[in-house]
Amino acid sequence: MGGYGDVQMIDENGVRADGRGPGDIRPITIETGVVPVADGSCRMTWGTNEAIVAVYGPMEAHPRKIQRQDRAVLDVAYNMAPFSTTDRMRPGFNRRSREVSKVTQDALESVVLLELYPRSKIRVSIEIVSAEAGTRCVGLTAASVALADAGIPMTDLVVSVASGKINDVVVCDLNKEEDNYGEADLPMGIMPNSGELVFLQMDGDLSQDEFKQAWKYNMDAAQEIHKLMVEALNGGDSQ
Amino acid sequence: MNGGPVARLDNMTEKKGAAGPQGNKRGENLVVPGDDLGDSEGFEAGHGVLVMSGRLKALKQGKLREKGKSISIEPIHTRYIPRPGDLVIGFIEGCTNNLWFIELGAPFNAILPMSLGPGKVDFGGTRSVMDIGDAVLCRVQEVEETHSSVVTMKGMGLRKIRSGVVEEIDPHLLGRIIGKGGETLRRMKAETQCRIVVADNGRMWIDGELDGILDVRNRLSAISRDSRGGRN
Repeated sequence: MGGYGDVQMIDENGVRADGRGPGDIRPITIETGVVPVADGSCRMTWGTNEAIVAVYGPMEAHPRKIQRQDRAVLDVAYNMAPFSTTDRMRPGFNRRSREVSKVTQDALESVVLLELYPRSKIRVSIEIVSAEAGTRCVGLTAASVALADAGIPMTDLVVSVASGKINDVVVCDLNKEEDNYGEADLPMGIMPNSGELVFLQMDGDLSQDEFKQAWKYNMDAAQEIHKLMVEALNGGDSQ
Repeated sequence: MNGGPVARLDNMTEKKGAAGPQGNKRGENLVVPGDDLGDSEGFEAGHGVLVMSGRLKALKQGKLREKGKSISIEPIHTRYIPRPGDLVIGFIEGCTNNLWFIELGAPFNAILPMSLGPGKVDFGGTRSVMDIGDAVLCRVQEVEETHSSVVTMKGMGLRKIRSGVVEEIDPHLLGRIIGKGGETLRRMKAETQCRIVVADNGRMWIDGELDGILDVRNRLSAISRDSRGGRN
């Protein structure tokens, strides 16, 4: 049973339309220090997705009423550029971008040691320059790299990856067609050192076994991506 | 795109076991948040390090430093956070009848009370002594838990800056400007015939002939350009 129409996206040998195997992820590049005025920044490309994240702070939180006396507040803004998709995105926030900002903020709040900076604010701006599928994963992963680049204390980085189901096969890192015509999508935010989760969503249905398989794909991909994040952070800019 | 630090996963399976610090190796290496730094037994967690269930864990990205029993991380890129005793250059951002608010480039403005100000100041006369926008060389007296800090101008050489220029540079580049034992800085002072005061918050006061000041500026921008791998 195909989900939406009967689009064949994976053949009997387990090769997907773009030539990947079920557990393969799209090519990734990560670069730090791309916004010179920011305290920390990151550009991440993932397949044809591209995100630029800038982090400012810690700084005094304004207006005063948003200040917390015992911790810092995180201000995460996810935005897609009008030119990031084939049909023009209307500029400004919308229901979807608010939701993604919220889940990204919640995920980052569980790794950043906010209690070290009472009354302050840390601003994280995620800008999606080019969107294919899985922009929330790119945004969250890049945001954690940018926060580390800004020297903000965190208990771990966050790697976010999605797995899903197409033509009844569980595959890792869906591309646009697979996301649109597939049956399920399971994005996860993973702390790569401990394997703990900071973010989990599911679209569509997965059986228990399929869920476990998607989980495993995500965990394995997270380790692979974590290596690139470490390399991007430690590779450049050092003295 | 031009020569920045780029990590690349080219065809999905390459680069297994790519570079990155090995968790247990202690020395002058770079770590990222979440890195395991080994057993906490017999060690003290310093700046940027946390003990979690018997293991040392990195909280920041930077260089690992081991001093005796204490393990700490010196961040490569970070906002200035005041510490008591720091020599700082601030700008006056506001005043009340009996105190000034000083901007240090830190998350919060510092307070300079009249009693710690320069010389004798009458109540209500703060603004006639140092006005908004003036630069001052001062020292951090105390820092509260909530990060609000008090600075003082009582001390040798602490004063309002009346001549020369104030330049700003990333705090993590200070080490490079000063050099081993202050050698690089001494050479820069001699060659440019300028007085240079390097403050801990990444600001420098340069005083001298115009040519000398311009020369110092060029050298500083060369250092900061260099640190970004030739970009900008």
